[in-house]
Amino acid sequence: MSLGKTVQILNQNEGLLFESSSPGKIGYQLPPLDVPAVDPRKVLGAGNTRDEITDFPEVSEVEVIRHFTRLSTWNYGIDLGLFPLGSCTMKYNPRVNELVARTEGLAWAHPYQPEDLSQGAMAITAELERAIGEITGMESVTLQPAAGAHGEMTGILVIRSYLEKQGNPRKIVLVPDSAHGTNPATAAMVGYEVRTLKSNDKGMVDPATLDAAMNEDVAAFMVTNPNTVGVFEENIVRIAGIVHAKGGQVYMDGANMNALVGIARPGDFGMDVMHLNLHKTMSTPHGGGGPGAGAVAARAHLEPYLPTPRLKQENGAWTWDYNRPDTIGKVRAFYGNFGVLVRALAYIMAHGGPGLRNATVDALLNANYLRKRLEPHFDLPYQSPSMHEVVFSHSRQEKRGVKTMDIAKRLIDYGFHPYTTAFPMIVPGAMMIEPTETEPKQELDLFVDAMTAIAKEIEADPEFVLKAPYNTRVSRVDETLAARKPVLRWRPQVPVSRAAD
Amino acid sequence: MYPENYSYTKEHEWVSVEGGVGTIGITHHAQKELGDIVYVDLPKLGAALASHTTFGSVESVKAVSDIYSPVSGEVLEVNTLLATQPEKLNEDPHGVAWLVKIKLSAPDEVKSLMSAADYLKYIGA
Repeated sequence: MSLGKTVQILNQNEGLLFESSSPGKIGYQLPPLDVPAVDPRKVLGAGNTRDEITDFPEVSEVEVIRHFTRLSTWNYGIDLGLFPLGSCTMKYNPRVNELVARTEGLAWAHPYQPEDLSQGAMAITAELERAIGEITGMESVTLQPAAGAHGEMTGILVIRSYLEKQGNPRKIVLVPDSAHGTNPATAAMVGYEVRTLKSNDKGMVDPATLDAAMNEDVAAFMVTNPNTVGVFEENIVRIAGIVHAKGGQVYMDGANMNALVGIARPGDFGMDVMHLNLHKTMSTPHGGGGPGAGAVAARAHLEPYLPTPRLKQENGAWTWDYNRPDTIGKVRAFYGNFGVLVRALAYIMAHGGPGLRNATVDALLNANYLRKRLEPHFDLPYQSPSMHEVVFSHSRQEKRGVKTMDIAKRLIDYGFHPYTTAFPMIVPGAMMIEPTETEPKQELDLFVDAMTAIAKEIEADPEFVLKAPYNTRVSRVDETLAARKPVLRWRPQVPVSRAAD
Repeated sequence: MYPENYSYTKEHEWVSVEGGVGTIGITHHAQKELGDIVYVDLPKLGAALASHTTFGSVESVKAVSDIYSPVSGEVLEVNTLLATQPEKLNEDPHGVAWLVKIKLSAPDEVKSLMSAADYLKYIGA
């Protein structure tokens, strides 16, 4: 028996907390003051105090609890079902991660604890660096960067310092036209001129195009592998060779590392430095569920330039090494988002080497299963073998006036979070789907059923799909109006007496 | 649709020249590909534009795209209408929704751009 994913059920309405305020209502009564009163103006300085907090909602405890609990039932998350946002690797966060991260000694560790009281936390950090080094095939790892784009910037700064030390930081960074937008942004922020390379008809980097663009002004080539079309760059070793021959460095965007873990190591196929989104590949929560972590792995020749401090062992104890004359400096206070790092190591150790490889194989299997089953209904612009995600185009549906965004909105009616719309840019009307390894076949089949049903709806009555979603709390919103005339904050209705002042 | 006396770029901008002053905009094809435009970022008066480099950006509900200057020169006038009515860029990209007027510093650059017929061929129309 197969149950559809959605039914109409009772679902609590909820306004803004500000709107349920009644003057004078309070949630808590504090006991009378039993110490001498202090004038905050004197203690803090007049500039740091104010007489009243205006327009704060005055509500009781149960009203606050109900407000947030009701809102929480409106959420869609990975714990409710498939979250097929391509390029985002919205994988399930195994509960063992949480169990470990909440261990008292880890959860309560303070970054200002002295080193001799932080040996456990430092050992965990070192162990994660070692594991990532092994997974990526790189000799050195820093866990300092707080997210993927932060890792990219760290990596390109490292390349810049390395080239500077050779005598010339160079001027240009090459980026393929399929790259994540953060790649050119990173290069520009680090002071490089960005040049875009056109992909070939397989959706890959064309070695001849790269060769023609490569010269001794080029500091680095930034490549995502598998790329954003979900395709493994089959010429990756040649690509690295072309860049290295002119003295450039290869930066790999590791956003799609979920397709490679346990199977191929970027260090082995010629990459010099890369970042890993631990909140994607290593399952730590993201998308509002927690901070990120953009670990950066680098080959040995780049190690001296990694952010300071670095972990080292002295007389059997872990310590921070600040004596790093060539470092790019510090990129974050303390050392990364520690709670996320703990979860990442828990994930890696719970899986072990063969388990991580299995996860990768399952991620590929799931994506290719979706590809095979959806191919009869949606156009596949690049026929190259898919890795962990598959990118369709809306071109067939567009002939009936329905675009990727419309299909995504209708998908919500079927109880799914939409796939990624309109990215990568090299696919017009992209529908980018990444199921990840954690999805059971039943959930994938429900998704296929939903997508197939929508394709048929478009054949029968495109107008119907254009007005979707129907089953949601808020129906089709006018995105253009929202962007052109945004309402950015709630404003109280002005009381008549005050308005008359 | 595409005025004969305008010159066009591969990045989908147009320029029309009159008495050493170039008026620059984006093409009908560009606005159609971008979709509903919600914000236009333009340079300040007096800014120096270099040909084939970005001088501003257009934001649609889909994406933010750079605008490249077809020619070099100094900004004489900026279309203030677009600050409050970016939708004009969808409605009349070759007319009221021009972006900037510049004093050309190298008028010959126009010769390297596409004619209306060439541009139509380029976009496959």
